[in-house]
Amino acid sequence: MSRAFSKAVVIGASSGIGESIAKRLSADGAHVALVARRKEELERVREGLVNRDSARVYAHDTSHFDEVPELFDRIVKDLGGLDLLVYAAGVMPKIDEGEYSFEKDRQMVEVNLLGAMAWMNPAAARFEAQRGGTILGISSIAGERGRRGNPAYCTSKAALTTYLESLRNRVSRYGVNVVTIKPGFVDTRMTRGMKGLLWLISPDEAAETSLAVAHDGSSPVAFVPARWWLVALIIRWIPSFIFRKLNL
Amino acid sequence: MSTALRTHAPRKVFDGFGRAVLASSRYAAPESADELATVVQQARSEGLSVTFRGSGRSYGDASLNGTGLVVDGTRMDRMLSWDPVSGVAEVEGGLTIEGLWRRTITDGYWPHVVPGTMFPTMGGCLSMNIHGKNNFKAGPFGEHVLDFDLVTPEGERIRCSREENADVFYAAIGGLGLLGAITRVRVQLHKLASGLLRVDPCAVGSLGEMFDEFEARLPHSDYLVGWVDCLSTGAAIGRGEIHQANYLTKEEDSLGAVGFHTERQTLPTRILGFPKDKLWLFMRPFFNNPGVRLINTAKVLSARRNHGKKYLQSHVGFAFLLDYVPNWRLAYGAAGFIQYQVFIPAKEARAAMEDILRMSQEVDLPSYLGVLKRHRPDAFVLSHAVDGYSLALDYRVTPRTREALWALTRRLTERVLAAGGRFYFAKDAVLDAEQVRAAYGEERLAKFRAMKQRLDPNGVLVSDLGRRALGL
Repeated sequence: MSRAFSKAVVIGASSGIGESIAKRLSADGAHVALVARRKEELERVREGLVNRDSARVYAHDTSHFDEVPELFDRIVKDLGGLDLLVYAAGVMPKIDEGEYSFEKDRQMVEVNLLGAMAWMNPAAARFEAQRGGTILGISSIAGERGRRGNPAYCTSKAALTTYLESLRNRVSRYGVNVVTIKPGFVDTRMTRGMKGLLWLISPDEAAETSLAVAHDGSSPVAFVPARWWLVALIIRWIPSFIFRKLNL
Repeated sequence: MSTALRTHAPRKVFDGFGRAVLASSRYAAPESADELATVVQQARSEGLSVTFRGSGRSYGDASLNGTGLVVDGTRMDRMLSWDPVSGVAEVEGGLTIEGLWRRTITDGYWPHVVPGTMFPTMGGCLSMNIHGKNNFKAGPFGEHVLDFDLVTPEGERIRCSREENADVFYAAIGGLGLLGAITRVRVQLHKLASGLLRVDPCAVGSLGEMFDEFEARLPHSDYLVGWVDCLSTGAAIGRGEIHQANYLTKEEDSLGAVGFHTERQTLPTRILGFPKDKLWLFMRPFFNNPGVRLINTAKVLSARRNHGKKYLQSHVGFAFLLDYVPNWRLAYGAAGFIQYQVFIPAKEARAAMEDILRMSQEVDLPSYLGVLKRHRPDAFVLSHAVDGYSLALDYRVTPRTREALWALTRRLTERVLAAGGRFYFAKDAVLDAEQVRAAYGEERLAKFRAMKQRLDPNGVLVSDLGRRALGL
């Protein structure tokens, strides 16, 4: 079923895929609420939107979970409803070889996972009651296996993927679409400085594909670009005793 | 509560019993009147609106609050005292009709007024001032309430009776939960001579015939209810079946006190050979126009066959027809149904109700269930009862027909208003504030608003129904 979005909130809209999704939604005529930690960055994004007058900015740190219920209500009221929630906030601090930092781990779990739950809970309740709506979560190919490079990041994305699946199974019967996007490498601040990234795409490309999947409504999980599906299939089947020897 | 409700109260999706209207809300489920008062006070301090909810048996949005806090009262379900000599029960607001009758029937007492289901709470029964199949004789539930406690958003606990705070008594009964929470109720029950009723079924060939039978039977009936086939047309429009029930005297009942045992007061476990828990699944394919036409035809034939064949039935079996098939509301499908119950003065009722059936058929949106009852006026501020008849109509909602159905109800409402009729808020999902003003009159509404201003000056108690139908 094809869905058009007219009232959307994008969490993590100040950069990367979130910024590109906000731009695309605005270009398509949607009223967009931009949510991110840095207000000046949000203002910069808003200035660049096609329909900047129909966009609003809301400064919010996704790890401040207590703020979410009220902020969610305020956004719904300001937009006059809601039919799309995009959770694109994510962090991946660099973890050095031999480094074990609970602070960094906690930050990833809070921003990548718990923040998503804090936002998706009220959205799912609202969408279930209105018998429609779309929740789009930006997960990652990194959630497919536990790679040695960044245990907490892989954990947070694997958990987000499972959470989105559960949520989908819970609300799809009420006409609510829950979409899991699993991008590969995207040229954002998160990947800046990394060398030899396979199939690197721009945030705009990732946004376009993500929204196309959400619009279409027929596929609940999508790899971006699609060829990462094959990679995911292969790495899922690599036996653990081999996987741990690979430098992934 | 130490944490803020706005930030920490969990959210839940609530539906009206008809499932055609829903809302997600923050919610709390206090276990005592004190805890409830604390929750409401905190909501008030946070600027959060509050709606009270019992068992969620109102068909529309009476217990929904899309922008605030729903306070679930069902944990406050204790029976505080029971006097089998006087037949007076003192109960908490969350106790259900079932909880009440199960305790009192063995002593030979039955509530004066019960609805078609045993699951509504006492708080809900009072707030909606429910009626039963004996409204013409026993009046609404509120007439049998001796006194109750009302906890207001200002933190007051007001004891209300006909002598004490009588103005609050008459406004809060039928006050839609918008004046305060009913946390304690003392109610007078009816002393039975027998655990059985004598039921006299009567097939009627048209709505006109049904009205004639009602009028003829009223003087010597204890209960009277009519099933209306809303798909019948022409001269047979509104055909159906009447069930008249009368209390048995002690002498007429060979069972004696055994009839009061709860194992004698039961609903069937199987219906048409099906386990009743799964019957709604079997019903679902028939909940469309051809299917209901088929079922209604079968019911009419059965009614003709059983015409005049009197039988004895337990109070539970006669009263709680809606509980025969658990989850029957699911048979209406994902988009649910609305119930639209109109109350029309006796003189106008027959013509107006025939018009309503005809208007529904003309747009191919017939009601799948019609129930006729006789009523009499009462003294409560927001009373829905008139000296006349009510027709309760269940309309299936689908995404395709929803808009047309709402448009139909607008036209039906005009017809009801032209006949001097009213509506029942426990069933309503469609009226707007202007229609309610026309139905209830400015004087009654002003009286209710003045009471609300007195008890809830900050407008804390608001429901989706209150917003839609009363402009709160």
